[in-house]
Amino acid sequence: MIIRNVRILGGEPVDLRIEDGLVAETGPGLSGDDGFDGGFDGRGAIVLPGLVDLHTHLREPGREDAETVQTGTQSAARGGYTAVHAMANTSPVADTAGVVEQVWRLGREFGHCDVQPVGAVTVGLEGRQLAELGAMADSAARVRVFSDDGKCVDDAVLMRRALEYVKAFDGVVAQHAQEPRLTGGAQMNEGVVSGRLGLTGWPAVAEEAIIARDCLLAAHVGSRLHVCHVSTAGSVEILRWAKSKGWDVTAEVTPHHLLLTDDLVEDSPVGAYNPIYKVNPPLRTRADVEALRAALADGTIDVVATDHAPHPVEDKETEWSAAAMGMVGLETALSVVQEAMVDTGLLDWAGVAERMSYAPARIGRLPGHGRPVEAGAVANLTLYDPSVRTAVDPSAFASKSRNTPYEGMTLPGRVVATFLRGRPTVLEGKLV
Amino acid sequence: MNRHLISAGDLAKDDALLILDTAEELARVSERSIKKLPTLRGRTVVNLFFEDSTRTRISFEAAAKRLSADVINFSAKGSSVSKGESLKDTALTLEAMGADAVVIRHQASGAPHRLATWVHGSVVNAGDGTHEHPTQALLDAFSMRRRLGGLDGRRVTIVGDVLHSRVARSNVLLLATLGAEVTLVAPPTLLPVSIDTWPCSVSYDLDAVLPKSDVVMMLRVQKERMNAAYFPSEREYSRRYGLDRDRFAKMPDEAIVMHPGPMNRGMEIAAEVADSPRSTIVEQVANGVTIRMAVLYLLLGGEIA
Repeated sequence: MIIRNVRILGGEPVDLRIEDGLVAETGPGLSGDDGFDGGFDGRGAIVLPGLVDLHTHLREPGREDAETVQTGTQSAARGGYTAVHAMANTSPVADTAGVVEQVWRLGREFGHCDVQPVGAVTVGLEGRQLAELGAMADSAARVRVFSDDGKCVDDAVLMRRALEYVKAFDGVVAQHAQEPRLTGGAQMNEGVVSGRLGLTGWPAVAEEAIIARDCLLAAHVGSRLHVCHVSTAGSVEILRWAKSKGWDVTAEVTPHHLLLTDDLVEDSPVGAYNPIYKVNPPLRTRADVEALRAALADGTIDVVATDHAPHPVEDKETEWSAAAMGMVGLETALSVVQEAMVDTGLLDWAGVAERMSYAPARIGRLPGHGRPVEAGAVANLTLYDPSVRTAVDPSAFASKSRNTPYEGMTLPGRVVATFLRGRPTVLEGKLV
Repeated sequence: MNRHLISAGDLAKDDALLILDTAEELARVSERSIKKLPTLRGRTVVNLFFEDSTRTRISFEAAAKRLSADVINFSAKGSSVSKGESLKDTALTLEAMGADAVVIRHQASGAPHRLATWVHGSVVNAGDGTHEHPTQALLDAFSMRRRLGGLDGRRVTIVGDVLHSRVARSNVLLLATLGAEVTLVAPPTLLPVSIDTWPCSVSYDLDAVLPKSDVVMMLRVQKERMNAAYFPSEREYSRRYGLDRDRFAKMPDEAIVMHPGPMNRGMEIAAEVADSPRSTIVEQVANGVTIRMAVLYLLLGGEIA
């Protein structure tokens, strides 16, 4: 099959010949079998390596009313993803080989994108006893990323042991950095807006203190640390310092923390206190957004990860404090990154490939993903047209949930097609 | 005027003065032997109370009844709400009943904003979480104006748990609009971290501020804050921030003492101070009915007979 007229990382137009799930040849004017109904004309779309999400909530098992492996991976494919890391905070928790294998198998059955389960660090996410990390690592799901995401591994000894233990199988602990005592009942970023709105604050220091501690712990035991959804300017400074020491610390930022700020809670087109903006960690200030963008540009933050967090309507159509925290993000991530990073000149498409494909695959030790688009590589590909601008329409989402903060916003770009091992999962923006 | 009264900050100076002036007019009516006006006859006011507050509820109820409105009291306890009905479904129920105004008290900050997106009638915030209580601020301003004449340039000191106080938030906003100079006094633990962005000044030293105050408003301090380490003990709080007789003596002779109630006598305010002739605490209750009449009257577009 030939994919015609596409631009690898935004370069000159070329054709790609796909054979046996691999990119067989790239170059201008390739001849050969045009495949399904005469080949696929990319009409100048950018080709990126298939995107890899390091932080996705698929909700299955347990909250199939919000999302399932099927709908979540369809959503991922529409967003240009060929692999997602499924977070462990399901019900039951993904803290055993049995649960991670179930999620992994469901992903393979549906085939919209690869599902790489994340294992819980502690039994039941309760922060008391290590889960059987080795059993999950040795299972068919080959777990390498471990996280209690949604909760922080706040016990310093437990965190130290987890960091040490995963070295045996080249694992990484992905920390949800939130000091629980400093964030009791926290509802939004602690600052000017929370003070006015009378909502309990989630101070930046509660994230920064844990990140600082964990960087020191990871250095002390010589292990790998990954920091989930970094949200503050202070966290960026700590990470920059840790990296300057040569420590093996990586970090991610979500698309929403690159674009949105906490004043939306007070003043937005959808009204004050609208829980569509409620997320954990919370939306921060403009200064934080600027620091996060700069950090993503200079590599202090390695990865954009969606923290795709689907919730049913009734969990968001409530008073603020009763609402669930989280936003869906898979189907808007690339557009938001274009808006916040590419169109602002902070990142080029090679940079986007690094932050949204190569780096997450490397951190997750995910074989077959996150490789440059070149002859011989597995044909995990995302075709993206950055030239269009459209209003975000949640009713078009493949996700079961609609809790997007971007409804009605006009964002750039559109995923034209996604290929998983040479097989299209999305064509012309529609699921195959 | 907006269709709703949710935040004191939504009131322009003209709006606020209109409410206060209307309340003056209605107060004169209240002095008549027949207190009832026909002005809201046939209109329905729902008191939607998710939090126990007998004082505020009966104040709104009396206000609506004096204007001849039909009043429905909807208490969350023992109702469908306690069986898990959402705020939205409750709102749609009230909407179907044809509520012209919904007076809402809720433990969640922002609940009145959410309610206003689901009902067509006017929403009146009767206290939401730790956010605002605008009719309390209006009745406080009304009480101050009656005692002191005007509010412009008056020095108002608000003392206590500002962090968790909806009364303080609404008062700061309204008093700033009306031209008063507000000083907040509290232990630093009970002030929001962003307090420097509020339209008021801040002090940790009550004794220094008292001689320069025309009004001293004491806020209720909840004893459970002690368990969360906001202050070490009741006694220490009382010693540093309580309005006792000695402190009362430091206030200018004409200065008044206010408290939104319910009071912890002996904690934030000494009994002698609360009961002194310079205390407006009982007037505040009476003025509450009058100001709420004015608010309902103006929001529902009634006419004075």
